[in-house]
This record gives sequence, structure tokens and C-alpha cells, in this order.
Amino acid sequence: MSATTAHPPTAESTERVRSMLTAAHPGRKRVDRTMTVLVWGAFALAMVPLISLLWTVTSNGIGRISMDFLTLSMRNIFGGDPTGGIYHAIMGTLIITGLATLISVPIGVLTAIYLVEYGRGALARSVTFFVDVMTGIPSIVAGLFAVALFTLILGPAARFGLIGAVALSVLMIPVVVRSCEEMLKLVPNELREAAYALGVPKWLTIVKVVLRTSVAGLTTGVLLAIARVIGETAPLLVAVGVTDSINTNPFEGRMMTLPVFAYRQYSQGLATCPGGESATCIPDIALQNAWGAALVLIVLVLLLNIIGRLVNRWFSPKLR
Amino acid sequence: MAQRIDVKDLNIYYGDFLAVQDITMTIEPKSVTALIGPSGCGKSTFLRTLNRMHEVIPNARVEGTVEMEGVDLYGSDVDPVAVRRNVGMVFQRPNPFPTMSIRDNVLAGVKLNNKRISKADADDMVESSLHGANLWNEVKDRLEKPGSGLSGGQQQRLCIARAIAVKPQVLLMDEPCSALDPISTIAIEDLIGELKSEYTIVIVTHNMQQAARVSDRTAFFNIAGTGKPGKLIEMDETSTIFSSPSEKSTEDYVSGRFG
Amino acid sequence: MTDSPPRARARATRRRGSDRGFNRVFRWIAVGSGVLILAVLAAVALFLLWQAWPALTAGSDELATAVPRYPEDTSFVAYVGPLVFGTLLAAILALAIATPLAIGIALFISHYAPRRLSQVLGYLVDLLAAVPSVIYGLWGFFVLAPFVVPIWSWLNEYLGWFPLFAGEASPTGRVLATVAIVLAVMILPIITAVSREVFLQTPKLHEEAALALGATRWELVRTAVLPFGRSGIISAAMLGLGRALGETMAVLMILSPGFLYSFHILDSAQHQTIAAYIALDFPEASGLAVNTLIATGLVLFVITLAVNMGARAIVARRKEFSGAN
Repeated sequence: MSATTAHPPTAESTERVRSMLTAAHPGRKRVDRTMTVLVWGAFALAMVPLISLLWTVTSNGIGRISMDFLTLSMRNIFGGDPTGGIYHAIMGTLIITGLATLISVPIGVLTAIYLVEYGRGALARSVTFFVDVMTGIPSIVAGLFAVALFTLILGPAARFGLIGAVALSVLMIPVVVRSCEEMLKLVPNELREAAYALGVPKWLTIVKVVLRTSVAGLTTGVLLAIARVIGETAPLLVAVGVTDSINTNPFEGRMMTLPVFAYRQYSQGLATCPGGESATCIPDIALQNAWGAALVLIVLVLLLNIIGRLVNRWFSPKLR
Repeated sequence: MAQRIDVKDLNIYYGDFLAVQDITMTIEPKSVTALIGPSGCGKSTFLRTLNRMHEVIPNARVEGTVEMEGVDLYGSDVDPVAVRRNVGMVFQRPNPFPTMSIRDNVLAGVKLNNKRISKADADDMVESSLHGANLWNEVKDRLEKPGSGLSGGQQQRLCIARAIAVKPQVLLMDEPCSALDPISTIAIEDLIGELKSEYTIVIVTHNMQQAARVSDRTAFFNIAGTGKPGKLIEMDETSTIFSSPSEKSTEDYVSGRFG
Repeated sequence: MTDSPPRARARATRRRGSDRGFNRVFRWIAVGSGVLILAVLAAVALFLLWQAWPALTAGSDELATAVPRYPEDTSFVAYVGPLVFGTLLAAILALAIATPLAIGIALFISHYAPRRLSQVLGYLVDLLAAVPSVIYGLWGFFVLAPFVVPIWSWLNEYLGWFPLFAGEASPTGRVLATVAIVLAVMILPIITAVSREVFLQTPKLHEEAALALGATRWELVRTAVLPFGRSGIISAAMLGLGRALGETMAVLMILSPGFLYSFHILDSAQHQTIAAYIALDFPEASGLAVNTLIATGLVLFVITLAVNMGARAIVARRKEFSGAN
């Protein structure tokens, strides 16, 4: 039997095996290394615009940030006058995004509850499918829809904050549904069954057990959805219009928002200063305003993103 | 060509955790070596160190040497890719590539090494490998069909054909029959008996009858308790292990008193 | 078959029995919001159609007098044509740039990057999606466009025989090629996110099979990861395409517009996209011009809807496949 016979390695067999195990496949090695470099390179390449963008916005915008810039509006500011600010745009963004959140969150969360807790059959399947399709609606189409809707109710040329909020809701609802659905699915079934076993009705189980368990995740989902729509420009441009004054009433009159303000200032270009550049007239003040607003906007978006992720990390219960 | 493997003072770690301690054994060429023992005793872990597949798990590392014909598999000039190319492996669950046809599955490993293989050579290789795995007659008319359409036992033999198509020196089998029905198991066991005339085979099995049926030598692994490292208790001729082992725990295990 | 009606009735009563009082109210609220979403989507389509109708049915004379920059004696289709062309060209170019890059990044995160870092690196890529499009517009205009001018003129000079690089390279960089790069950056995160998820789902079994055959890391990716993720990549790319088709601000702020069927992507005043066209003219439009713009918006809506439904259908088909295995 072969097992009883010893086969000590000979010098020749050792050499043969060594050449086998160290046999370099230069071609394959090269391909492997090239692809590794390309894959790392792809990631590095993607970081270039991110870094360039953050740097450009910060370096161009930081000089314009001041207390005046944050607390004044553009009312009666013309030409190269550097005394205006973005207060009206900040208020507009907060009010319109807030309204959109008020509309989207109940609908979004309830739909997610429907899909996770009740959804069976054709209706649930089509809701899932169309939520996905809705994610892909171009933002400008959402703006046109809101305008068309309010034109039907109030006649043409109506422009006020609520229209923009409706437009943003169309964009926001699918995002809220998607992320909340994921969060609700993470709640283990044992928790639900434990509640049923105690005789708790289903709706109370959902409110007290499922939502309570996933509240951190839901908050994250909502914050990320807000971050997603707070920078939307096109729908607000068509639905809310522009203004230079403070308007805190979303049911009447045009409102300014940060992204629209940035665009508006950008498209104004250079101002003419008859006496050259001076303290009261800066030729490129509109561009500086645009960068300043962009910086405030990007800080808002990043804060929402970071807070969103931290909320989920810190406050979510440890589920195994 | 079959080769001999000498394992000396091998310790296997996952991070700081010592999973398998102090293995020394010799695996003879052209023979079947069975590794048996209770769950969690480290026999699969040990098997994977023989072709460096354990390196897939982060922080896994070994101390000691594994020599194939006197060449340390963990030597600095040794390429892990070349090790795996020369030490083939068959897994617990059959894993043909689902997107490839039967033919392409058999050729998968060959094509990695030699891209420009002529069609005639490829056909020969497919036929001889499938013959070698006792699968040719069952699949010769549907070589272009996907491999996932075969039965579990056929899939496992397809995986064996894929492994032997690259002409490895050693073939490792990690519980190759545990996911199969008894008929397929017999087919695989017959195949192992035929393959040992050309390959060094190491097989991990939970089934002691299987170890007794197919192997020439048997190694018994055991573990003192959870959190303790797995150890090689004894290794001997299969007939000796099953009739008159020298260790009490081996006798308890093979006679079914624990594990 | 014979005993099914009574059994069904028994089930129905049982269901009703456990579904009393506020339970039922709550269920209807949840179902209602699901239905509301379907209604919203239907409403989007209906209202757009309703508002677009006057423009779709108006004669070309009427349109020419009411809509600024409307060419004489042109039907609505001929008028939208160049816009659709520009939209598709920009989006497809962006997709061609972004897809290979996104696959690389997704592989980087799923199979190449050190495991502990990969989540953080994933967040960094996601940040690209968080940047508002108006900021991409500013960046594209002030940073990217000046930067690419020499590259475009080089391409134009030495590779001008290639149709896309023919024509005259614009000295401002405000051309479709620049727009395509910005759009590519904007859709990169969504393509990356979807492909990354698919790559991470590659069965361990298949990866180990490839490794045990002596595959290098790239060969592992090629034999096990990419074939498994192919349909995922396709649907990810289509989602990205949908995003690129509807992007407004970056195009509006960077591109110097024109209304031609032109492949000269380095030349200015050649192309315009639907979304940017609407955003540019809508604030000043009134009467039939509004209807015309909404009609072009409807065209965009239909195109993106088709692309997105195609993507979802591919995803759904893939789910069936993996379920069957």
C-alpha cells in the first residue's frame, strides 16, 4: 500500500515543485496590478471633483460671509452695492423645505408602514414599483406639475411658496418611503410577535413597538431626504419665482430660496461701477453673493447629512 | 503528478485567537487522507491552510510550515495564486459559476492560465476532465447548457471536473458529499477511489463510514472545549484508527460515543 | 375546489374579526397613503397633459407668434426634436463617462479597499450626490470650463477626424462635452451605490470557487463578481441615465445653447436640453408659451419614465432569477 511506503522528497522533485509554486505568470500579474491601479485610480478620480468643488465654494464664499450677509435681504440693492444679504433666501428655503417636509413625512412614513406591515398583492407591488419610478421624476417636471396643479385651482400666474413645497414633496416622498421602508424592515419580527402575544392590537404594536424601535432610523431617513431637496433649484425657479424682499408667508407672493438666489446672482454677472471699484460699488459683487449663498447651502446640506448619519449611529437601539 | 505534503508545527490564528494548535503530519502522495473530528475542531480550517484559502478571511495567519516536496507554501517567494492553482479544492456545496455553460465551467480555471487555447485542445480537455469526473456520459449532449441546471450530485462532479482540468498536484475536498443524496454520494466516493491513482487527496468528512470507505489514512482532530484550539489527536492507517486507535478519545469518537 | 367558498368565507370572517375599531382605521390610513402616491403620479401625468394640450393642438402659426424663438412653419415635433436630441446626447455622453468609473469605484469599495475604511469611503462618494446642482453649475462654469479649454482644443486639433471632436473648439469651454463631464460626476454616486450593493451580494461560494482555481483578484472579479452583477450594473446605468436626462441647473449654467442636430460637442451654440430650456424660458413665459414649455416637459417626463421603468423591470427580472436558484 502506498501509504506505508515513505516518499521522501528528492532534490529533483523539490526543484520541480519550487518552480511550479514560484512560477510567475508575468502577463496575469501585470493585468492584475494594472486593474488594481485602475480601480484605485477610479476612486481617486472621483474625489478630485469633490475636493475641488468643496475648496472652490469655501475659498470663494468665505470672504462674503458676515453678519450683514446673513441677516439682510436684497431689497433696494442695485448694481454693485455690497450691502445686501441672503436673509430672505434663508427664510424662504427654511419655510418651503419645512412645508415640503410636513407634507412628505406623514405620507412617506405611512406608505412605508403600509408596504412593510400590510402590503400584499398587486396594490403593494404597484406602489413599490411606482415609488421607484417616482424617484426618477426630473425635478423640473415636478415643478411644472405643481404649477399646472395650482393653475387649475387659482388660474395662471400664481406664484407662492406652497407651490414650491408641493413640487419638492413630489421629489421628497419617494426618498422618504424608500429609506423608511428599509428602516422598518430592520425591526425584527420577534418584537412584533411578542407584542401580539401580549394581546396588543396591530396598530398599537406598530406605533409603540415598530415605530419606537426604528425612530432613529426614520429620523435619519427624513434628514437625508431634506438634504436631498433643500438644494433643488429648477422646480423652485418655475414654481415660486424670485424676489428681493423678505416674505415669510408661503401662501402669498413670491419667495426667494438659497439655490435660486445663487443662480439669480450668478446670471446677473458683473455690475458697472462708474467710478471704478469702491466701498459702495464692487463689480463682481453678484458672483460673490452667489458663492456666499452656495457656501451657506453646502454647509446646510453637509450638516444635514452628518447629523443624519450620527443620529442613526448614536440613537438606534442595538438590534442583532 | 501527485506530491507529498509535510506539515510541521502549524498554528492557525484568527487575529489573536488560536484556532488550531501545533499540527504536524505527513500527507502521502497518491493516497486519500481523511480528516475527521467533531464540529468546530478546526479540520476545515486546517484544510484551507493547505492551499492558502484561509487568507480570504481578514486577519487569518499561520505559524509553522507546510511543505510540498520540501517547498514551504508560505515561503516568501511563493505566490499564493500559484499555490491554489496547484492545490485544487472542492467545496461543501457545489458551486459551479451560474452564468457559465457546463463547458465554460470546466474550462474556467484553464482559461485563467492560458487564454489562447485552441478549440480542439479545449474540447479534449473538457472531455477528459468530464470523463475523469464520471460526468461525460450524462452531460455530453448539453455542454452549452448552464451548469446550474444539473442535479446537486452532477454539479459537485462538475466542480471536481473543473478542479482537475487545471491538473493540480493535490486535491482538497471539504465535506464534498454533505449536501448530496446517498446515490450521488456513492458516485462521488467511487470517483475519489479512481482519482487517487493520479492525485494526492485530502478529504474532510463528518461521516465516519465515508472516511472508512474512501481513505487510506485518517487523522482525528479534537477540541477540548469552546474557545480552546483544535488539535490533531492522532493519525494512522484508516483500518488502525477504526479498529484499534491508540487514544481513548479517538475510540470514543469513531464508536459514536460523542461528537 | 368544492370546499373553497366556505373556507374563503371563514377566512374573511376571521380577518374581519381581528380587524376591528381603530385597527381598521389605521390600516385604511396606511393603505390610503399608498394609494395617494399612485394618485400623485397619475396626477403628474394628467396635469402635464392637460396643461400641454393647448400647445399640442395649436397650429404652427399660433405657436410661432406666442412662443419666443419659435421657428416659422414648424410643427411641435420638429420644434422639440433638437431639444430631445441635445438631452439624449448629453445624457448618453455622461453615462459613457460615468459607468466605467462607477464600476471601478464600486469594485474599489466592495473588493479592493481595506475593509474597515470602505464604509467611510462609500460616504465620501455619496457626498457627491448631496451637492446641490446649482453648485455644480457654478463649479462647472468657473472651474471646470476654463480648465478643459486646452484639452478640448487639443482633441479638436489632433482627433478632429473623429465626428464628436470635429467642428470648432469653443474658447469658453461652455460646450456639451463639459456639460457631459459635470453630469457624469453628478450621476456617479447613484450608479456606484447600486452596483456596489450588487457586488457585495456576490455569493461567497462563487468567489471561493474562483480563488481555488488560482484566480488573481482581478480574475476573481472577472469570473465571479462581474457576471453576477451584470444586470445590476445595467439597471444602475439606466437609473443614472434617467438622472442625467432630467438634470437642469448644471446644463443651464454651463452650456451655451443652440438648437441644432449636431455632433460637435466641442463647439458652442449647438445644443440645448429640454430641462434647461424650460428653466431658462419659464420665468418669463405667459399664455401659450407656458403650455408649450409644459408640453416639452411632458416629453421629458415620458422619456425619463420609459428609462426608469426599463431599469426597474431589469432589476425585477434579476430578483426572479436569484429567487429561482
